[in-house]
Amino acid sequence: MENNVVLTMRGIDKIFPGVQALNKVDFTLKKGEVHALMGENGAGKSTLIKVLTGVYQKEGGEIHIEGISHPLTNRSPEEAQKNGISTVYQEINLCPNISVAENIFVARQPRTRIGAVNWKKMNKDAEKALKKVGLDINVTKPLGEYSVAIQQMVAIARAIDVQCKVLILDEPTSSLDDSEVKKLFDVMNNLKASGVAIIFVTHFLEQVYEVCDAITVLRNGEFVGEYRIAELPRVQLVAKMLGHDVDDLSSLRKTSKEKNNIQNKDSILKATQLGKAGSIKPFDIEIKRGEVIGLTGLLGSGRSELARLLFCADKPEQGDIVFKAENLNAHAPIDSIKKGMAFLPEDRKEEGIIADLSVRENLMIALQARTGMFKLLPMSKQNELTEKFIKMLKIKTASPETLIKQLSGGNQQKVILGRWLITNPEFLILDEPTRGIDVGTKTEIQKLIVNLAEEGMTIMFISSEIEEMLRTVNRLCVLCDRQKIGELKNDNLSQHDVMTAIAGGV
Amino acid sequence: MGTNSNNFRGGFKKLTEMRLFLPIVALILVLLVNIIKTPTFFNVSIQNGVLYGYVIDILNRSCELVILAVGMTLVIATGGIDISVGAVSALAAAICIRMLGSSYDAYAVPMGISILIGLIAGMACGAFNGFLVAKMRIQAMVATLILFTAGRGIAQLISAREIGGKMVPGQIIYVRMESFKAFGGFLPNVVVPTPFFIAAAVVIIAYLFLSKTAFGLYIQATGINSKAGRLVGINSTLITFLCYVICGLTAALAGIISSSRIYSSDANNIGLYMELDAILAVALGGNNMSGGKFSLAGSVIGAITIQALTTSLYAMGVTADQLPVYKAIVVILIVSIQSEELKRWLNSRSKKNATIKVAG
Repeated sequence: MENNVVLTMRGIDKIFPGVQALNKVDFTLKKGEVHALMGENGAGKSTLIKVLTGVYQKEGGEIHIEGISHPLTNRSPEEAQKNGISTVYQEINLCPNISVAENIFVARQPRTRIGAVNWKKMNKDAEKALKKVGLDINVTKPLGEYSVAIQQMVAIARAIDVQCKVLILDEPTSSLDDSEVKKLFDVMNNLKASGVAIIFVTHFLEQVYEVCDAITVLRNGEFVGEYRIAELPRVQLVAKMLGHDVDDLSSLRKTSKEKNNIQNKDSILKATQLGKAGSIKPFDIEIKRGEVIGLTGLLGSGRSELARLLFCADKPEQGDIVFKAENLNAHAPIDSIKKGMAFLPEDRKEEGIIADLSVRENLMIALQARTGMFKLLPMSKQNELTEKFIKMLKIKTASPETLIKQLSGGNQQKVILGRWLITNPEFLILDEPTRGIDVGTKTEIQKLIVNLAEEGMTIMFISSEIEEMLRTVNRLCVLCDRQKIGELKNDNLSQHDVMTAIAGGV
Repeated sequence: MGTNSNNFRGGFKKLTEMRLFLPIVALILVLLVNIIKTPTFFNVSIQNGVLYGYVIDILNRSCELVILAVGMTLVIATGGIDISVGAVSALAAAICIRMLGSSYDAYAVPMGISILIGLIAGMACGAFNGFLVAKMRIQAMVATLILFTAGRGIAQLISAREIGGKMVPGQIIYVRMESFKAFGGFLPNVVVPTPFFIAAAVVIIAYLFLSKTAFGLYIQATGINSKAGRLVGINSTLITFLCYVICGLTAALAGIISSSRIYSSDANNIGLYMELDAILAVALGGNNMSGGKFSLAGSVIGAITIQALTTSLYAMGVTADQLPVYKAIVVILIVSIQSEELKRWLNSRSKKNATIKVAG
């Protein structure tokens, strides 16, 4: 093994039914470095971590760790821990109802001679372990009484207390505020100094450049490259994550779309200082009638959160929304729907489809809710509308009464889209409407967006694919680290411009 | 000939795939055993001016369970459960009887108002459950456990009577007026028992309400995916709450019928274990116990099946203390023929047999 290298993973393959999740991925970790693992959703970051920690079994490749001569195979997280690999997961998996000390020593409590738990020693050791992460708290209190940040630190303290060479931090900062992140970084730097190598998984670009030494980028399950932090400017990183070489992008300019004078039209929605702690920092936005406005930013940048606040899918904690020249005092989505809004959520399975209801019922339900419980839409009208939208959106279903869960993902998405079009909304929010569906359907949906806007509907469009947004939107709002950082007019914008903006350089 | 048998097979397959197929088969099976063991089972005659016979007895006695099953179906469809219905029955009955009083000459409070207040008390209990489950997001089993234990206690406090200068709770208070008996017995010159009309009315009203409004659709949406339901504008908190209120109402109605049958309030015995039978009725009706799609008709058939089972076991001479054992055996049979896992197992077995035959 090379000098100073703690961990190498070579040619790692992982196959799930029908998907090659990892394809010959390499990863090298040096002693005392913080190494960022970057990539968009589905790039294979979590899979790689889970192979390393023994949650998944790899199909091919080798893992070597310093101090063990033979290739390593971890069959379980416990085994990985024994081999010196500790993990702190995004969702803190500690028990809030037992004491801090018990959490640190769970399943390995120090014993007295007769086999009882040695509480005194355990509490003392716990205090010692917490000192290492710069924490001085009462370890006998239940963990749940402390803030999320402290719980996170306790999780780290537990992870490093068992002799670890490699510490994996999977999105540890997503629930922390700025000062708490600072504290975490101090701890990371201390650990680094003591020789622990850290793998840092995050969506926040800023944090990568603040604390990391090296970056490995994955895309679609493949290894893109390993870079020293100084060698890779932000724009380059974004381009590597999204999979376009920046230099080639100029050729991909979109065909110039006729822009009717959107700027002169009256505004349909205006939000001022709208915000929610832990979700998105206060922002202003103004949307004109008939406009297609895009939200762009990396995953977790706050684009969905922004849209959710406008629709009141999440209730804003501060700020005002003026919709169609009057104050929108929404308490629940139904209030926004009644005023003429519609919202297609990002997570189709969790928040979109109602799996055990039929295609017809799924199509009609928003209009029914808008009409009111006591005014059941007559069956003749339901059938007529259902047939019309199945035909219009080319939904492939055996019959209107087929359960929606039996349809393919793309067709489910069309049903959900149809559900909102039936209500004839004035302002339609589409959060990742084209994710996970085939190319043909994607183009259909893009065309539909343009057509609807021409007919006067205002549309907010969120997509991870910059190219498809450039083809459809008039204007782009750029988000980064849960903050709206700027707006771009789509005047011959290139992907490069957008990536520069996403990387924080508007 | 070949096409005929194919048609027949296709038709049979369609029939077996109907949601109500298995519940109905279960009921028919129970009745079939009866007619073999007791040839006079289906005999109906008129004695003392009213209908008489095993079948009438089953229908009459299943009324409370049918009414309860209607409320329970809705609660289970939202993804919850209500184990307090038995205790709420006793509580509503105690309040109603307390108001009626034990005088031989007149009701202390007019009968209509007493019954109405009993029903309102049931709805209040349902509202309490609904508040805990829908608004406070407490697990339904735990939330309704409160009234499951406390309800009967409150009913006993209400059924207190002065004995030796002291108020002693948990007494049986009798109603002496004849007209109250009609509620659980017979109306003058009517051969069909009154509870039958009440149960039929409850089922019909529930059916109309569910089919003429979007309430049924909202309940299903709430039970299947309340997050998605909320985003399309359904107030799932309110829907869940309403279902518990309706369940409380049906429990009170069942309790008042039971008390009328014995013209007294017996806080210890009215509605005892009825919550279990009501849940079982919903399960026998082929409903998904984790919420979502539901069938009111299925639950009604399930309720009648349970009562048919009880009555037939009595008719075969099974004693009351042995009854639960036999009931349990039959319930295991009925529930397992409806189980998806068993179906899958049988399917894979028959496939395996088929391949073995081909290979042979």
